[in-house]
Amino acid sequence: MEQLYNNLSLQFELNDFMLRHGTQASFIAKREQLVSLLTNLRDIHGYTHLVMVTCVDWLEDKLFQLTYIVHNHHDQSDIIVKVLIDRDMPEMDSIHHLWEQGRVFQRELHEMFGISFPGSPGQDEPMILEGWQGPPPMRRDFDTKEYCEANYSNRERDSREPEEHMQRKLYPED
Amino acid sequence: MESLYPPIVNGKAVYDLESQKYLKMWQGPQHPGVTGNMSLELDICGDEVIKCDTHVGYLHRGFEKLMERRRYINCFPIVCRICVPEPDTNEYLFATAMEDLMGMEIPERALWLRTLNLELSRLASFLMWIGGQSGAFGMGTVAQWTIAYRDYVLDLFEEWTGARIYHMYMTPGGVRGALPEGWVNRAHKVLDGASKLLDEIRHVMLNNAIFKQRAVGLGTITPDMMDRYGIVGPNARGSGVARDIRMDMPYLVYPLLDFNIETESAGDAYARTVVRWKEIHQSISLIRQILAKMPQSGAVHTTLPNVLHLKVPAGQTYVRAESTRGEYGYFMVSDGSEFPRKVTVRGPSYTHAMALLEDLAVGVNIADIAGLMVSLHTYPPEIER
Repeated sequence: MEQLYNNLSLQFELNDFMLRHGTQASFIAKREQLVSLLTNLRDIHGYTHLVMVTCVDWLEDKLFQLTYIVHNHHDQSDIIVKVLIDRDMPEMDSIHHLWEQGRVFQRELHEMFGISFPGSPGQDEPMILEGWQGPPPMRRDFDTKEYCEANYSNRERDSREPEEHMQRKLYPED
Repeated sequence: MESLYPPIVNGKAVYDLESQKYLKMWQGPQHPGVTGNMSLELDICGDEVIKCDTHVGYLHRGFEKLMERRRYINCFPIVCRICVPEPDTNEYLFATAMEDLMGMEIPERALWLRTLNLELSRLASFLMWIGGQSGAFGMGTVAQWTIAYRDYVLDLFEEWTGARIYHMYMTPGGVRGALPEGWVNRAHKVLDGASKLLDEIRHVMLNNAIFKQRAVGLGTITPDMMDRYGIVGPNARGSGVARDIRMDMPYLVYPLLDFNIETESAGDAYARTVVRWKEIHQSISLIRQILAKMPQSGAVHTTLPNVLHLKVPAGQTYVRAESTRGEYGYFMVSDGSEFPRKVTVRGPSYTHAMALLEDLAVGVNIADIAGLMVSLHTYPPEIER
């Protein structure tokens, strides 16, 4: 794996190499080079299986860590490619042309984190949250409790006691 | 002859609904078998599907978001709910990801008990699936047999772990307890019955002319589609691609057990049924081997610090296991605090039920859509998490 990393480093700007259990390598790649790096890994080095695309929100650093995991079926090794993008203007190149399921992952990331993948088919259609009006809910600064209290609970209800509430509702003049 | 398919304008199909040639129909979100609540928006011409759009979101409970706000041990009762018929894979992977980040070793006896638990849950999940597959083609009898038989397996689970569906057995650091007295004998009895049931299923379902007529050639997956769509598990093995994580990247005690990767070559719904039928036999054989070989004494849990104040060292790891539907994975990120920074679940249904199903459904008869969906063995909660 180190050798592969060194070979790739000649072509791409990579850093923060880590190896777990001898078969799971991870490193950080540059945003602009990601698509060519994944194409290279897929077509030349045999990492043909896209396991997942996910995002980790580093709120403190104002960064999104987009994570692409690819798997090689011949030597059963994994590569975790991380790309750090700006949290305020999140935009990333699409990989739907490399793997069919890429568009599904990207559609979910667009909905849950608000990351835009220009050109990814159907990314603006709601996937899970149909009719959702609020901010992207998987971001760490989205407060579920606050959102629920503002939008759902105790509307027009000033008492939690059922008896009291019904009394006020049925006999407001008393 | 005029084309069945509508003209494409700006990348989108344009239907002339006035022509009365097309019909838009929804299948779901009420599920037609064991597929879970998701809906297919089908465009139909005659009785042939010409376009399929999948819609998910009916089972979204926000597991990944919930986990960000909970301590590791509080996350543990949540993860099993991601997959109802086979929750143990989730428990195992969550525990393993945590142990991996903490550098924790678990006792040998716990490894055996975990393998036994995983295989028994594979058996239960397959029994439920085979009932769904036959039910989707109108053979309710087989469904009644297998789902009733799954209950005997659930009885075993209940006696062993205290719960029928969500066992919460493989806690981080080991397992919750050993097998009860006399359990092994009762398990053998259930396994004998399951083997007999499988023979009957072969006569009634696999050799059934109607089942064959409908399943052969339905939803054919070719080997070149594997990586393009991310196809794993029995769906890949039904197309002759011998991939099984238990064999390829062995975990727990699988290297000590004797089994083969079962494959078929046709790649259609029938081949996938046969692969899964063979894998039920395989599960039964594996459970028997585990019961014979497993150590009878020893610790089942390592000593953990107070789990309510447990801090997991910063790191990122991906762990995977073979579920009944293929590769199941957990990507866990820890920032060194008491709460997980991010846990992403990679359910095999994610790729099977969305990108793949949309393409396989085109050209299929409307009556076979349910059978096609079940033959891919999808569970929507894994998509929505």
